[in-house]
Amino acid sequence: MSKKYHVTTTVNGDGYEYLCEAQQTLLDVLRDELQLAGTKEGCATGDCGACTVMVDGTMVCACLVLAVETDGAKVDTIEGMAQGDKLHPLQQKFLELNGSQCGICTPGILIAARALLARNPDPTETEIRYWLAGNLCRCTGYDKIIRSVQAAAKEMRGA
Amino acid sequence: MKLPPLEYACPTSLSEAVALLAAGGGEARALAGGQSLMPMLAFRVVAPALLVDLRKLPELREIEISADGVRLGAMVRWRDIEDDERLTAAHPLLKAAVAHVAHYQIRNRGTVGGSIAHADPAAEMPGIAVTCDAEIAATGAAGQRTIRAADFFLSALTTALKHDEIITEIRLPAWPAKRRWGFREFARRRGDFAMAAAALFYDQDAAGKAINAHVGMIGVGDRPCRLPEVEALLNGRTIDEATIERAAEITSATVDAQEDIHASAAYRRSLAGTMVERALRSAAA
Repeated sequence: MSKKYHVTTTVNGDGYEYLCEAQQTLLDVLRDELQLAGTKEGCATGDCGACTVMVDGTMVCACLVLAVETDGAKVDTIEGMAQGDKLHPLQQKFLELNGSQCGICTPGILIAARALLARNPDPTETEIRYWLAGNLCRCTGYDKIIRSVQAAAKEMRGA
Repeated sequence: MKLPPLEYACPTSLSEAVALLAAGGGEARALAGGQSLMPMLAFRVVAPALLVDLRKLPELREIEISADGVRLGAMVRWRDIEDDERLTAAHPLLKAAVAHVAHYQIRNRGTVGGSIAHADPAAEMPGIAVTCDAEIAATGAAGQRTIRAADFFLSALTTALKHDEIITEIRLPAWPAKRRWGFREFARRRGDFAMAAAALFYDQDAAGKAINAHVGMIGVGDRPCRLPEVEALLNGRTIDEATIERAAEITSATVDAQEDIHASAAYRRSLAGTMVERALRSAAA
């Protein structure tokens, strides 16, 4: 029986306490222990961005963070993005403009795009493309993702 | 993908961290952001028994700028360097190089000390350390010592660091305001590892001739290196188009290039010359 580590954390505003093994990543715990399977596993080595979540307000790959490292941290995932039935403007625009096809990359891209718009409400296309460079999509060719982010940014600015 | 079984410790003092590494006898590894170590664990390239997390050592997070140069604490992240506006003047070469490190998710956690200790031949920070004659400060069970960057990187993923030693800071010598510099990197996508990168600088004498030329190469051999033949060419010369072209030729002729799945050695030699040429052109502009 391997050693267990006690973690106290907040995920999407809800308090959690759990025991985990040291080798469990934040991604493992979110999906397998906390049943928050919206965050996807792609490469598990930090190349694809599918598991992008926020830890203490900065976006990270959940596959490259040990769950024990998030003891005391505030974690935000895709499950906290919509308010009940009301989609976040980014989610709404991805739906309307086909920014999502197979959907595996979508939660990570939405989290990353929200982080961008929080920092820069009016990004250029180039800024969006560079910001999302760590999020791979094999379906859309990216163009519809970029347009969805631009449309959501515009709506969020009230323009 | 799942990581191999391991244990975890999160000490709150450097001495405690060193003691844990020493007790681990080579089976313990420091965790300094983990943006290279975690993929290595996932691929089972390494399987340490214990990870010693350095995140609760705030003294390793400082960026200090003084007349002596720039001191980067080992746990300074790429994001911290990007956001520190003082560094634009205090060390523009560092800032330019770090802009090429990975993508934003990784930049939010990856650290200077982690990258130096990992010693990927294609990583920017080891290359900047070698190019700039940086000193690497480390603390181990036997006490503190300072290692010159030129003596630190032994080969790919292999350094002079002992298993119980923790890098505490990287010291970059002072950067004169009028120094000329250039950084050029080629990767298939921005943020990918360099297939080749050139980091270089020189000062100028009263007549405008280059002195104190430092030309560093990243991602070409099994560790970052300087190119003494190219530096010898530049020193005492005006950096004009003919000199730049000659520098590119000497680079391609002398650099020790490795072959891997990304590129042949011949391609890398050619690319190395092109990177030096472009970096010199931007330095001289």
